[in-house]
Order: sequence, then structure tokens, then C-alpha cells
Amino acid sequence: MAIPFSYSFRNLWTRRLTTILTASGMALVVFVFAAVLMFADGFQKTLVDTGSYDNVIVSRKGSGAEMQSYVLYSDASLIESYPEIAVGVNGTKLLTKESVVLINLLKKDSKKSSNIIIRGITENSLALRPQLTIVAGRMARPGTNEVIVGNGIANQFQNCEINNVLHFAVRDWVVVGIFDAGNTGFSSEIWGDVHQVMPAFRRMVYSSLTFRLQDAGTFVALKARIESDPRLTLEAKREVKYYQEQSEDMAKFVRILGMTITIIFSLGAIIGAMITMYAAVANRTNEIGTLRAIGFRRRNILAAFLMESLLLGFVGGCIGLIFASFMQNLTVSTFMSFQSFSTLAFKFQLSAKIVLESLIFSSLMGLVGGFLPAIRASRMNIVDALRAI
Amino acid sequence: MMNDPIVEIRNIKKSYQRGSYVIPVLQDINLDIKNGEFMALMGPSGSGKSTLLNLIAGIDKADSGTIRIEDTEITTMSETELALWRASHVGFIFQFYNLIPVLTAYENVELPLHVTSLPRRAWRTHVEMALRIVNLTHRADHYPNQLSGGEQQRVAIARALVTDPTILVADEPTGDLDRTSAEEILDLLERLNAESKMTIIMVTHDPRAAGKAHIISHLDKGILYNADTQAAP
Repeated sequence: MAIPFSYSFRNLWTRRLTTILTASGMALVVFVFAAVLMFADGFQKTLVDTGSYDNVIVSRKGSGAEMQSYVLYSDASLIESYPEIAVGVNGTKLLTKESVVLINLLKKDSKKSSNIIIRGITENSLALRPQLTIVAGRMARPGTNEVIVGNGIANQFQNCEINNVLHFAVRDWVVVGIFDAGNTGFSSEIWGDVHQVMPAFRRMVYSSLTFRLQDAGTFVALKARIESDPRLTLEAKREVKYYQEQSEDMAKFVRILGMTITIIFSLGAIIGAMITMYAAVANRTNEIGTLRAIGFRRRNILAAFLMESLLLGFVGGCIGLIFASFMQNLTVSTFMSFQSFSTLAFKFQLSAKIVLESLIFSSLMGLVGGFLPAIRASRMNIVDALRAI
Repeated sequence: MMNDPIVEIRNIKKSYQRGSYVIPVLQDINLDIKNGEFMALMGPSGSGKSTLLNLIAGIDKADSGTIRIEDTEITTMSETELALWRASHVGFIFQFYNLIPVLTAYENVELPLHVTSLPRRAWRTHVEMALRIVNLTHRADHYPNQLSGGEQQRVAIARALVTDPTILVADEPTGDLDRTSAEEILDLLERLNAESKMTIIMVTHDPRAAGKAHIISHLDKGILYNADTQAAP
């Protein structure tokens, strides 16, 4: 049988100040660890949620992002003729040919400029993105220089409120509506009529086509047809997969950078835990001798001190997570991908997986920090330990 | 049987290494302690009495010789075997009580039961009985720092008794107590020996404490001198 759990727990409780100080060091590391994961998850989830499983996006082969893609009018017409594409309520194919360009807007608070996506849309664009609703004003009318602005942009950039005039591509564009696309990348875009956006930017090609299939099961065959057609240099992806790929590079970069910082920080926290646990062992030498004398084995002592350091790490993890959870209230804007450098607004996401990973990480820090002191405690000679005052 | 030796010590030698010096502590010790005996080990500081007690209790190893406790030779046991043996056969009483400060009196007394094979459902009865013997049932929920020195030593005695050990070893059990408390502790040990026939081996400097024992053995410079019998056990 092991030394009771209450022994380890109450020893930490008795040394509350030392425990809190050591745990705070670990909490800081866990905060950084969790915040990095929350950032990457929030970013990734926002982009993945942008796509819909039923939608297919067609872009230039190897383009990587809509920004680098182009689809010729003739190619677009050919694809529009495919019978697999669903028909909308207005009797036309549920397909939209869109053009995506970047403009530079000034932020309200910092006055710094950021890249914002202007998406040239068609009538079917809204039907293909049911998550999008106009929350203020109205929809931009086709054939005019009216635009609607995502609420992620409206809140943060200058001249993006209703009736404001934006000046870009040598034209004035009137903001007539604000839309909410939920927690998706569309909330960070400005939408206007594609037939106005393309000439204004002197673009002669679309950036991408998005359409819905009548039967989602026909996707594989359709994809194979598009990609093997010698007339087309296009590729088809489910919209969800497309946005997932968009998020991967940035999320990976953030994770690697964050993990590197976290590992360096964690070395400090581990050393802190080690010092605390060495002090605990030194102060309780006589206790260790007593426990050994009354029959507890070396491995029981080892386990008791490891449990104590594990708890120390766990407490640090909990404190770090409490502070990290406040980050959920924060909306941040950062550039979306290394291809476009366009801005994406998103929230930090704290998932059960991150909570679990953070607690495992902090407990591991405690365990590693407490390992050598626990070994020392377990190796003490009973007689020498009993002589200690 | 009352007159059978419960502790048989034969030709025990023990020395300590201090750098390049070898310091002999015990030299060719032979001793029998009978079942139910209350024995006091006396001698000046450094005479080796605590070392002898530690060897009998199985927390130290002799250089040579044998120690048999209740027909079990403990000198050949491995460390793990010794730990298990101590848990059920030896009750320890220390000079400074050595209670675990973060555990209550009840939990301190219960502690040795974690190492025995006694089923958990029987623990409460054992702990309560041990606390009743030392007359501290009403202080069960108190932490050591809420108890007087005498009370702490009584809790330590309850902890030593809870596993119903074969021998009770006490190293200066009254060394940190005032006269009244020391008297209470000695009376308690005397009562345990008389009523429960508990074999007690006590190291002490105090002639008053030794006066409670039936047999007094003297150690000087690692040599054990003939035991003085004070009264029949």
C-alpha cells in the first residue's frame, strides 16, 4: 500500500506560499502553451468553418490560394455546364464565379494598414454561404459600386461603417450593409458585385468558382473529370478541405514557434519545481526516515514525492488555464496566410483537448522537476535520516 | 512462551567508516531478550546503544553476526523484506516523537496499517483501540502541533502499538519531556508490558526511566556488560 494521498496534498497546502510561487512559474508556461494552442485552434477553426462540406471550389492547379488562382471565362462556362451542379431556387445553377483581390485599409486604433480581401460576388454567393446574414443595412445591389462589409472588418477598420465611402481601385464604394458570417473567414472580407470589382481592378479572369453538387457523392468522379480534362488546368476541392489547407501553414508556424518558446520557458519552471522539491526533501528528512522505519519502502517514498510534484504541476496547470480562458473573450486579427497576407479576425478557442494537453504538460513539468528530489528522498539511509533534526 | 528468548543476538559486530578511519561501534555482542521482557539499554553517549537498538529493529545492518527475532533471522533479509517485516513486527517510539505534522493523531496512528495486510475495514477498530490504550481518543482529530509533548509521545506509542508488533523499541522516549509527562509515558510503557506482555527494549540515559525496566544492560565503548535483573517479568 502507498503513503496516503493526503500526505502529499497537505504538505503542499502547509507550504502554501512556496507552492503558489512555484505553481505560478508553471502557470506562466502553461498560459503560453495554452494560448498558443488556442490561437492556432481558433485560427484553424475559423478558416475550416468558412468552408461548407457540400460546396466545391475550383481554382488554378497548384495556386494554393484564391489570391494566386485564375479561372478563364471559357473554363468557367464549361464547368457551369456540368449536370452534377445543383440548381438554385431561381432556376439557375447554384454556382458563383468570384474574383478575389487585396486592398489596403487603415485600422481604427493603431492607424496601421492591413490587407483586406475584396470578393467580387454574384447573386448565388449568398445562397452558397447560408451562414452569412446581413446584420445592418442591406445587401449591395448588382451593377452598382455598393459593398457590404464583414463585421470582423467593420469593427476594426476606418470607413467601414454604413454609408461610409471607401476609396479603392480609382473608385468610390459605398458601404450599404454589414454582414455576419459567424466565426468564419468571410467575416473579414468586403463583398461587392463581381462585374464591378473585376473591371475596377482590370482583371480579366475569375479567381475561383464555387458550386454545390446535387449529390455530394459525385464529388470524387467530378474532381477526376475536371483534373483530367486536358482543356482545363484547374483543380477541385471540397470547400472545407480548401480552407483547411489554407490554415495549415500558419497554424503550423504558430504551433512550432509557440512550442519552442514554451519548451525554453518550461526549463525554468522545471528548475523552479526541482528547487522547491529539493527543499521539501531537505526539510522532511526526519519524516522520510520515520516513514521508512515504520515499513514504507523506497518506492513508496519515491511515489509520495512524485505525487507531490505532480500535484504542484497540476495546480500550476489549473492556474495557467484559468488565465488562458480569459483569452477567449479576445478577438485578434492577423494575416491569414503566407500567400495572401490578408487579414483574418478570429477568437482564441479553448477546447477540452487543449485543457487536457495543458494539464498533462504541466503535470509532466512537475513530474520531471520532482524526479531527482524524489530519487534523493527514496535513497536516504534510514538511520541517517532519523538523525536529522 | 514467556521464558523463550524472542530476541537472540549472536556475535554482532558493527563499525562505521569515517573517511579512512574505521570506528568500531559494537564488538561481539551477545544478548537474549525474553518474550514479555522490559529491558533498558544504558550507557554513555557514543557507547553504541542506539546502534544496537537500530540493528534489533531492522533499520541498520550489522557487519557480522546474527539477530533472530521470534525465530526469524533478520540479518540475512533484503531491504524490501526488512521493510515488510518491520511493518508488522516492530513498533517504534522516538525521542522527538517523529509524528507526521500534516496528519492528525488518528491518521498518524493509522499510518503503519497502510503497510500491513490488515483489511481496510478493520483499521478503524485497531486505531481506536490504540488511541484508547494511550487515553487520547478525544484528541484523534488534532494535529501534532495542537498537542503537548506528552500527548505527542502517547500518539507515537499508539502508532507503535497499532500493528500489534512483536517488539516495541524506544529510543530515549522521555528525553524531550518534562518530569510529569515523562512519568506518564513510563507508566504507560510499564502498563503495556505488564498487561499486554509487550516486549519492550528501551534506550535511555535516565536512571528513573531505566528503573521501570526489569532488566538493565549497560553498553560502554561497544561492549555489552552483564544485565542487571531488577524484578521478575
